[in-house]
Amino acid sequence: MSNVPADLRYARSHEWLRELADGTVEIGISDHAQHALGDLVFVEAPAVGRTLAAGEACAVVESVKAASDVYSPVAGEVVAVNEALVKAPELINQDPYGAGWIWRLRPSASPAGATLLNAETYAAVSAAG
Amino acid sequence: MPFIPHTDTDVQEMLSAIGVSDVEALFDEIPSALRVRSLERIPEGMNELQIMQLMQERAHQDGRPLNFIGAGAYEHHIPAAVWSIITRGEFYSAYTPYQAEASQGTLQSIYEYQSMITALTGMQVANASMYDGASAVAEACLMAVRAHRRSTAAHILMPRSVHPNYRAVAEAMTGNQGLILAEQPYIRATGQTDLAALAASAGQDLTALVIQQPNFFGVLEDVDALTDWAHAQGALVIAVVNPTALALLKAPGQWGQRGADIVVGDGQPLGCPLSSGGPYFGFMATRQELVRQMPGRIVGRTVDLDGRPGFTLTLQAREQHIRRGKATSNICTNQGLLMMAGTVYLAIMGAEGLERVAAACMNRTSELVTALTRLPGVRVAFSTARFHEAVLLLERPVAPLLEQLAARGIEGGLDLAPWFPELGPALLVCATETRTAADISAYAAALGAALASERAA
Amino acid sequence: MSLSLCEPLIYEYARPGRGARGQWPAAEPVAPAIPQALRRTQRAALPEVSELDAVRHYTRLSQLNFSIDTHFYPLGSCTMKYNPRGCNAAAMLPGFLGRHPLASARHSQGFLACMYELQEMLKEVTGMQGVALTPMAGAQGEFAGVAMIRAYHRARGDLARNEIIVPAAAHGTNPATATMCGCVAREVAVGADGDVDLEALRAAVGPHTAGIMLTNPSTLGIFERHIVEVAHIVHDAGGLLYYDGANLNAILGKVRPGDMEFDVIHMNLHKTFSTPHGGGGPGAGAVGVGPRLLPFLPQPIVGRRLEGTREHYHWLGAQDLPQSIGRLAGFMGNAGVLLRAYVYMRMLGRAGMSRVGEFATLNSNYLMTRLRQVGYTAAYPERRASHEFILTLKPQLQQHGVSAMDVAKRLLDFGFHAPTTYFPLLVPECLLIEPTETESKETLDAFVGAMSEVLREAASEPETLRTAPHRMPVRRLDDVRAARELDLAYRPAP
Repeated sequence: MSNVPADLRYARSHEWLRELADGTVEIGISDHAQHALGDLVFVEAPAVGRTLAAGEACAVVESVKAASDVYSPVAGEVVAVNEALVKAPELINQDPYGAGWIWRLRPSASPAGATLLNAETYAAVSAAG
Repeated sequence: MPFIPHTDTDVQEMLSAIGVSDVEALFDEIPSALRVRSLERIPEGMNELQIMQLMQERAHQDGRPLNFIGAGAYEHHIPAAVWSIITRGEFYSAYTPYQAEASQGTLQSIYEYQSMITALTGMQVANASMYDGASAVAEACLMAVRAHRRSTAAHILMPRSVHPNYRAVAEAMTGNQGLILAEQPYIRATGQTDLAALAASAGQDLTALVIQQPNFFGVLEDVDALTDWAHAQGALVIAVVNPTALALLKAPGQWGQRGADIVVGDGQPLGCPLSSGGPYFGFMATRQELVRQMPGRIVGRTVDLDGRPGFTLTLQAREQHIRRGKATSNICTNQGLLMMAGTVYLAIMGAEGLERVAAACMNRTSELVTALTRLPGVRVAFSTARFHEAVLLLERPVAPLLEQLAARGIEGGLDLAPWFPELGPALLVCATETRTAADISAYAAALGAALASERAA
Repeated sequence: MSLSLCEPLIYEYARPGRGARGQWPAAEPVAPAIPQALRRTQRAALPEVSELDAVRHYTRLSQLNFSIDTHFYPLGSCTMKYNPRGCNAAAMLPGFLGRHPLASARHSQGFLACMYELQEMLKEVTGMQGVALTPMAGAQGEFAGVAMIRAYHRARGDLARNEIIVPAAAHGTNPATATMCGCVAREVAVGADGDVDLEALRAAVGPHTAGIMLTNPSTLGIFERHIVEVAHIVHDAGGLLYYDGANLNAILGKVRPGDMEFDVIHMNLHKTFSTPHGGGGPGAGAVGVGPRLLPFLPQPIVGRRLEGTREHYHWLGAQDLPQSIGRLAGFMGNAGVLLRAYVYMRMLGRAGMSRVGEFATLNSNYLMTRLRQVGYTAAYPERRASHEFILTLKPQLQQHGVSAMDVAKRLLDFGFHAPTTYFPLLVPECLLIEPTETESKETLDAFVGAMSEVLREAASEPETLRTAPHRMPVRRLDDVRAARELDLAYRPAP
């Protein structure tokens, strides 16, 4: 039974999105995703300054079992990347919604308009597998 | 039936346990129309004595000519210990080391191999080997396209002085993914890649430049100038090198200001017999930052549950991921046994032994060139420094001369007409540390006689 | 208490100035000058050891390995049969070993005769019209097969065909190969009975279909009963059929892929034809083709013509094969491996070839029967096993918290290499088991005994399995650490 915080929104491809006070959004992968991958060994995050389209594959999370693409839930410009993941990719396993954030972006449109799932819907979708 | 241990009793007991009356019943799911009646065109079986007699006859038929051909496969002395060790059943019949705890012998050997290749090439990481040098060049091109962050074109500069078979394999393996391998000319007088002609590609979106050292002609390229030029264009440098030569020549990790980015080559000179063209092994090494783009298997050192050191295949997830990338590879093997031959060879020879082999090869080739250019109508094609091969220009077609030499038990070299017709009659010759002064004299005498008889004809 | 069979790195035997001087040529200055800028200034950090140190070190390393010569390897899809030493001895005869790949025709007839006859024998056992020996591994053979299919369609001007259909149970190299050839992999479902879903296949084929990649028996270890139907569906839609020969051992001498209407096949000579696995290679992935694909075979191929009364063998290269997909190897592929396969096939002969398929299948069905008797669950119990079969350990996982990985590791303690685990992906917690025909009934019974013991331990002491192996040179290795803290090369102290 994986953790799905109610205050976040989700993509079907298992990314979460948090709106920050300064208008940027923070993005990572869900508890379901980190559990499926197993212990993470490497994270490749997008470069600061890069412009992303919604749904664009822009990061890679690698475990011993699998290497998966991570897709940007919304369009925008990358403003920050979680440097701590370089030395400690396991932060995503330990705290996927907190210390395991991967990148922050300044969205090109209001995130309210994005077609993302709420916690309840995502929980149902990911449980169905 | 060779290799099948079952007695009639065994078969009966097994059929009875399964619950069928005969073995044919086990094939009852297969439509009878598909069943083979008899393999008419397969000869009757032979026992080991009979097949050895046949093979000895065939091997004998091909004789033991005196070999002066190089062109990517080099005759070197292989210490007897090398093959004695690697044909031990524990190495020879071992499987891929997926179950690490049952494969520490193989895995530790691969780790040592990776270490030795990084030392020779001056790079930071190496993989567990590839099929051969030619396919390693193809894989390096695909890797360069993956690794090059900014380039959107897949445009690789490929000098004509790179081994023609390597170029052909690179075309065959990368062509379907839209890579462009643009041929670059060499300077006729020196045999080196024409840097001025390369400049015509300046300003284009270039992914990589391939530099072979020594090149196919045996000539030494100006690797520093070429490397710096490529980097100034924002392109990566793929170095293709001869491992024996690296004992005397600057390692690709030291080329130019920043060193080469990807290094490949054929490891055949390290402990692999000529054996009619294979199996050999390709080696590949790169910078630390590019390790996740490198194809093939990689072994890493780690610890077990008790904290003791051990070895395991690692970075395997990235192999699947590479397969979905913008330039895909499907390689999932390495040339295990040959890579081991290379490892044991390097351990036995060491850097000083390899250095002496390299020096002897250079000197024997130099002596061969001196002896042959004393003959009328034979001269050196290129004025530049070379390693252990040379291109000689003749005044008459090479093929009939080589045929005459072959009839006298000498394989005189490679006729370059099929690949480099622009040179006129040209012959690529090589003499390694295995050729003696007497061998060289014999060659010179035989070529002299062949030339004389051709002139008389 | 585990055995401590720890062998240091070769570097730890090194001492400055040590070396195997009996192997070194005499020192000589380099007479032709190497330009200063191109010279190596510092010797490479290779180990400096005596010959005895090197021999001891690598001999001891070999003793840390499992191998077919020492252990039973029921590895599904790998065909770990005995590697006959006679094949090695023949391939390493000095005349073959010392021959340069570019030697003249005069000094090549014996070798080329072997290669030509190997081509002919492979055509006969596969029911194909043409064979090329140069692909150096199964994956390269696959590449050649798909590249030929693509070349065929392009030669006919049919540029829209870029989809390769792959069953859901396929090996991971199949989709990778499709992409490498500029195609797109399209998955088709497999039914509960293990056969390809014909309705799904009919829906998937069309004007974009280049071909389908199949293996038969499939990766599930069972024969694709509707193969002729599958062939018609794909051919009628204009696509071609590619046969992944990984499972050829099951049907060798009993069924021929050419008769099942496949257009191209790659063979794994290091599986079916018993060339050594060598700890990871070298393999050889020869390809066979039907008439449609003959012009596209990778070059070079061995040809034969009569010169007077004598047969003369020669290479057919790019000029002779203008539509060839090109050259895949620096020379002509893994000649030494091909010679071993040739010797093996000559020893088996006509009758021996069919015995392979029969006894591989007998051993596999016997083993499946016995393992079910001691309590294991077969994934497809109502089907005949081919040369391999699948057990699913899902019941054990649910009941005792023990996985296929745990069973695999514990089997090592009993002196058996584990079966293939977690492939095919379709069956959860599976073991894919292939005994091969060269194993005796006693070996199979001993394996059943060990598997039975493991099952008992799963119920009574699952922790033993979860922390296995216990009797190997190392205990279970930390592969997460291996990937996180990359240590991929020894760095000697400067």
